Amino acid sequence: MWSYLLKRILLSVLIVFLAILALFITLHSIPGDPISIALGPRATPEIQAEYAARMHLDKPLYHQFVIFIGNVLKGDLGNDLFSNRSVLLILSEQLPYTIVLAVTAIGWSALIGIPLGCLSAVKPNSLLDKITGIVSVGTIAIPSFLVSIWAILIFSVGLKWLPVIGAGEPGDFGDQIYHLILPAFAVGLGWVGYLARMVRASMLEVMSENYIRSANAFGLKSRTIIFKYALKVAILPTITLIGVGFGALLSGTVFAEIIFSRPGIGKIIYNMVLARNFPVIQGAVLITIGMYVIVTLIADLAVSWLDPRVRDTL
Amino acid sequence: MKAYKKKIILSLPDVILPEKLVLFLRNPMGVLGFTLVLLIVISAVFAPLFATHNPFTMDIANRLAGPSFDNFLGTDQLGRDTYTRVLYGGRVALQVAAIGVSVSLIVGLTLGMIAGYGPLWLDNMLLLLFDAIRSFPTIVLALAAVALLGPSLSLVMTIVIITSIPGYARLARTSTLSIKNTEFILAEQSLGASMKRVLAIHIMPNVIGPLLILAAMDVPVVVTIEAGLSFLGLGVQPPTASWGTILNEGYLIIRTTPWIVIAGGIPLILTTLGFTFLGESLRDVFDPRLRKGK
Repeated sequence: MWSYLLKRILLSVLIVFLAILALFITLHSIPGDPISIALGPRATPEIQAEYAARMHLDKPLYHQFVIFIGNVLKGDLGNDLFSNRSVLLILSEQLPYTIVLAVTAIGWSALIGIPLGCLSAVKPNSLLDKITGIVSVGTIAIPSFLVSIWAILIFSVGLKWLPVIGAGEPGDFGDQIYHLILPAFAVGLGWVGYLARMVRASMLEVMSENYIRSANAFGLKSRTIIFKYALKVAILPTITLIGVGFGALLSGTVFAEIIFSRPGIGKIIYNMVLARNFPVIQGAVLITIGMYVIVTLIADLAVSWLDPRVRDTL
Repeated sequence: MKAYKKKIILSLPDVILPEKLVLFLRNPMGVLGFTLVLLIVISAVFAPLFATHNPFTMDIANRLAGPSFDNFLGTDQLGRDTYTRVLYGGRVALQVAAIGVSVSLIVGLTLGMIAGYGPLWLDNMLLLLFDAIRSFPTIVLALAAVALLGPSLSLVMTIVIITSIPGYARLARTSTLSIKNTEFILAEQSLGASMKRVLAIHIMPNVIGPLLILAAMDVPVVVTIEAGLSFLGLGVQPPTASWGTILNEGYLIIRTTPWIVIAGGIPLILTTLGFTFLGESLRDVFDPRLRKGK
């Protein structure tokens, strides 16, 4: 277990390192001299040299990279170009909104998708199975940003049931939930299909295993077999899928935040891209990658905790 | 990390047999998907023939008009015909899909075969690279790239290509690994064939089948990325018509003129549905073992 954990964490660290390296290279390969951009054309060479020394721009590139990594590890992601506030502070204000949205979205879709997949696997080719199949393909095929737009069209413009803009009054819990419904619906809808299909496929496979036949022969109740013995094994690939699909989930939240004007990491990246505020973009990209790596790590550890066989494969 | 990897054992190249065709035609989903794809491709290629207006001609007097016999899907805020713009939008979507998918297929195939066939250190390095690329959420990568380089159609394509290469490469790698030690490859090696020859003539035909199916299923993803970025104003730039820009223009006036977001969304859904159905039924016909994966 410990060697698995160690290897898995090393892999994550390596991926984060590569991502930071890629970001650093991209930032340094754009044309333009940062010193003259920062100080303007009328700065004297002395001022330029002083600025370069202060920002470590006179050092060789690999040295700059080491400083960059060091700052990232210290949690220093630089300051906002306009307000001069700490990027980390700005992002930590936005992050909870994104996490709440992502967790709610994946939560409701798991609550519906997993039982749906389970039931359709127990009775393959039944009416429920066929409906689930159509619903799965249908929900997967509609892009989440289109779901957001059409949801606004139907529930806000047409029926006037739900609000469009914002995340609700701070402190007013009910209002915040009220504002969360539509975005969470839009982000999660595609996942219902994904999860139902994934669970159905792995459930079908598990149900044909010998130990399920034995459990049947012992005369266990079919509900006990399905939910206690079969689902426990069949859920494993689904957990991995959620982990790996976290990037797609984040893409969905980015669109939902922009379309519904909700605060969050996606919304801030979008606004900062329009404003060309690079330190904030860079910090937000790093935070998203960090979140992705942590989520896949948690998913993999959860799988290896549930299934001892996996521990030996890495 | 390994649990989601698919195990694929391939037989000798599947020749397209009439038997397979019959199997495909018996699947209503497949036929529906094929019809949709055909319709979309024809409507995009022959867009000027089907169009009733010029996609850029403004008619301010007739702006935001509802659907009528003259403007099948109404007009937008500049009085341009929405039906015509939707037709031309299909051209952008399919152009991005065709170029994006084929380039990433070729690069992914090559890298994947090299990873599977080459030395272990190279394999490990490439795998790590693929994982690192996949750890960037596509849309965040796209936003960062647009911030640095400015929005353009070629940037959208580059992002599509970079983010889809790992999928093809991983699939090609697993297939290559599974046939690397079969007798006919060993025989070829003992005859002194170069790595290039083994890969191009013997491994490639055995590996490419599932990749082509993946390509069909990848088209919806690519079309969605293009539409999504153009919707955010970070992809195709106005006045060029794209389903994304149409949706964006419609979104801004959603309260008064709902038909523009409906008109821009329906072709997008038909495209994703068509290619998904086509890809899945092709997979069921040619490679049923892939079924449980995706």
